[in-house]
Amino acid sequence: MPAPNVGRHHIFSVLVENRFGVLTRVAGLFARRGFNIYSLAVSPTEDDRFSRMTIVVDAESAPLEQISKQLHKLIPVIKIAEIAPGDGVERELMLVTVKATPEFRSQVTELAAIFDARVVDVGYDAVTIELAGTPDQLDAMSDLLAPFGILERQRTGRIAMARLTRQAPNTKLRAVKGRAV
Amino acid sequence: MKLTGAQALIKSLEMEGTDVMFGLPGGAILPVYDPLIESSIRHILVRHEQGAGHMAEGYAQATGRPGVAMVTSGPAATNIVTPLANAYLDSIPLVVITGQVAYSSIGTDAFQEADTVGITMPITKHNWLVTDANDIPEIIREAFHVATTGRPGPVLVDVPKDISNQQMDWYWPDSVDLPGYKPNTKGHSKQIKEAARLINAAERPVLYVGGGVLKARGASALRELAELTGIPVVTTLMARGAFPDDHELCLGMPGMHGNYTAITAMQRSDLLIALGSRFDDRVTGKLDGFAPDAKVIHIDIDPAEQGKVRRPDVPIVGDARLVTEALIGAIKHLREKESPASIDAWMQQIRAWQEEFPLTYEQPDGGTLKPQYVIEALRDNAPEDAIVASGVGQHQMWASQYWKFNHPYTWVNSGGLGTMGFAVPAAIGAKVGRPDRMVWAIDGDGCFQMTAQELVTASAERIPVKIAILNNAYLGMVRQWQEMFYEERYSEVYLSPDLPDYVKWAEAMGCVAFRVEDPADVEMTIQKANEVDDRPVVIDFRTDYREKVYPMVPAGATNDDVIVGPVPGTEGPTQ
Repeated sequence: MPAPNVGRHHIFSVLVENRFGVLTRVAGLFARRGFNIYSLAVSPTEDDRFSRMTIVVDAESAPLEQISKQLHKLIPVIKIAEIAPGDGVERELMLVTVKATPEFRSQVTELAAIFDARVVDVGYDAVTIELAGTPDQLDAMSDLLAPFGILERQRTGRIAMARLTRQAPNTKLRAVKGRAV
Repeated sequence: MKLTGAQALIKSLEMEGTDVMFGLPGGAILPVYDPLIESSIRHILVRHEQGAGHMAEGYAQATGRPGVAMVTSGPAATNIVTPLANAYLDSIPLVVITGQVAYSSIGTDAFQEADTVGITMPITKHNWLVTDANDIPEIIREAFHVATTGRPGPVLVDVPKDISNQQMDWYWPDSVDLPGYKPNTKGHSKQIKEAARLINAAERPVLYVGGGVLKARGASALRELAELTGIPVVTTLMARGAFPDDHELCLGMPGMHGNYTAITAMQRSDLLIALGSRFDDRVTGKLDGFAPDAKVIHIDIDPAEQGKVRRPDVPIVGDARLVTEALIGAIKHLREKESPASIDAWMQQIRAWQEEFPLTYEQPDGGTLKPQYVIEALRDNAPEDAIVASGVGQHQMWASQYWKFNHPYTWVNSGGLGTMGFAVPAAIGAKVGRPDRMVWAIDGDGCFQMTAQELVTASAERIPVKIAILNNAYLGMVRQWQEMFYEERYSEVYLSPDLPDYVKWAEAMGCVAFRVEDPADVEMTIQKANEVDDRPVVIDFRTDYREKVYPMVPAGATNDDVIVGPVPGTEGPTQ
């Protein structure tokens, strides 16, 4: 799988009503307007009336503005946040089963340790490793595990949140006439 | 008060002001047809569910009120898919109620089960599957709200049979709570000022008016704007009647079969003021050659239309009437300080085009009947506020070209979807909504055969619509394309002028019927038809099959390559 290229992929964080059929409406819209979904993660939010969809789209398949406006036309879609690459905290979870006969097992677990990944299952000739991190970290560990032989791999698709503002609203400093600020 | 879901549904429709609905009962919707007996709502029993949908659309287009149709599950729901798609593309407010198999049976391939909500999702503005009878008042309220506000459109409510029978406590919600639906109607004031500035500076402006103006009931605001600025107006197929054809600033219809002046004025324009129009491919022709020098002000209530096809210089999201009114204020204000650029030279150029390239046809004495001649005779014998419905094809283009639309809501047709068979049921719906108006359907022989059975409905319900079939014995528009672009290789377009016998067929359906072959009989027969006011009337006009719709911008060509008409003395086209 090619690494998600930051330039081509764009993240929409979409707040929707938590009702049946909403996913179909969103997925159907993408299909019939010819927009490509790269990955999709859905779950209820802290308020169970709403769900959050994190949709990574192929920005070259359609103008982002059209995607966002068409999504807005769906009645159960409440809010859309576009998170530009680098402007959000992104995380993805991966489970990967790697061939690990006893002679290679320590090398595999060592590699997992470097990434702060966890071994979650061990078989007689394979291990399953869990890694949560940025999509880039997942790509990197995947690449490094590949020579050992990846037997199975699943990724959840990423979830993302916009970065928080670091500075408190500046109420004290005001421009005063006639003085340098 | 305890009600069944079915009673609550009918009561909710009454609360929404429904005075008439079009439908056909069946198994899953049976419970809802029972309380209908006591209801104040007039129900018109159609002969095919597609007819119910198109009648509701004709009703909505003629009155501005939402059309309501009700049918059962499965095949009835799929039969109404075409009207839903039609209403979706032409932004017609339509509320469709469908029966569904019992909620407990959904997903079991029960008798007459179809996934109606799934099937209609892409062609409705929104749809609902009712899962609890207590939700019915709220959902119906929401359905009417969504159908009629913002950019209007069709909605569908799917009601399982056991939900219709379920008891509920009646209530009527006093407001609608849809957190994800807040259409913006007021245009941004800064953008409106910027638009006024562009309009004031333009030397070759054109008002490119679409169906949104009619939806927003903005015809008089538009007229005020045009007269204030002196800017000429083109009205698209969906906007015919939004600006009077007899007005000196009206250039008529643009697009593939628009008139030369309307097409060319847009091409040479330096400012297009798109008002409730959406740069449809039938208007723009080849997109990268469309109005190359024009800046664009795009006023549309649907934000997704902004920049979908052509990037506007000034996008304004809002209701066409409200924005037009605000724009008038902004222009007046601006003109107190700055005088507008002169558009005199532009208007001179436009007058010259109008003189050089009028719409023309020739009706030879005693020759075969020309369809345009029939339309002009229908027009000249009808009251000015008569409503005209049409199907899709050559007859539709001629009707749009040759009728004079001087009042809004007098033209009912299928623009976006191009639904053949639309005319007969749409005319019936329009007549139900406006019984005070004369309603003519101008139809083709191909179209007529698709939905003619609804004339039985019209006869039974005493709905006196008038149908003019321009019978050229061909699928005429397809024939025209085969003649012009497929080297006269005619493939599956011949229909026969007398199979069926339209007069006998119409009479069998309870209509008064006439046949006209000689141009000399046209006028007299139309007058006879106009006198019939207690039942439908059908005239079978045998027209010249060789007649083609001109002007024409061939598919894939730019609007600069418009073909004005046939070379004199030949059958071939000229540029």
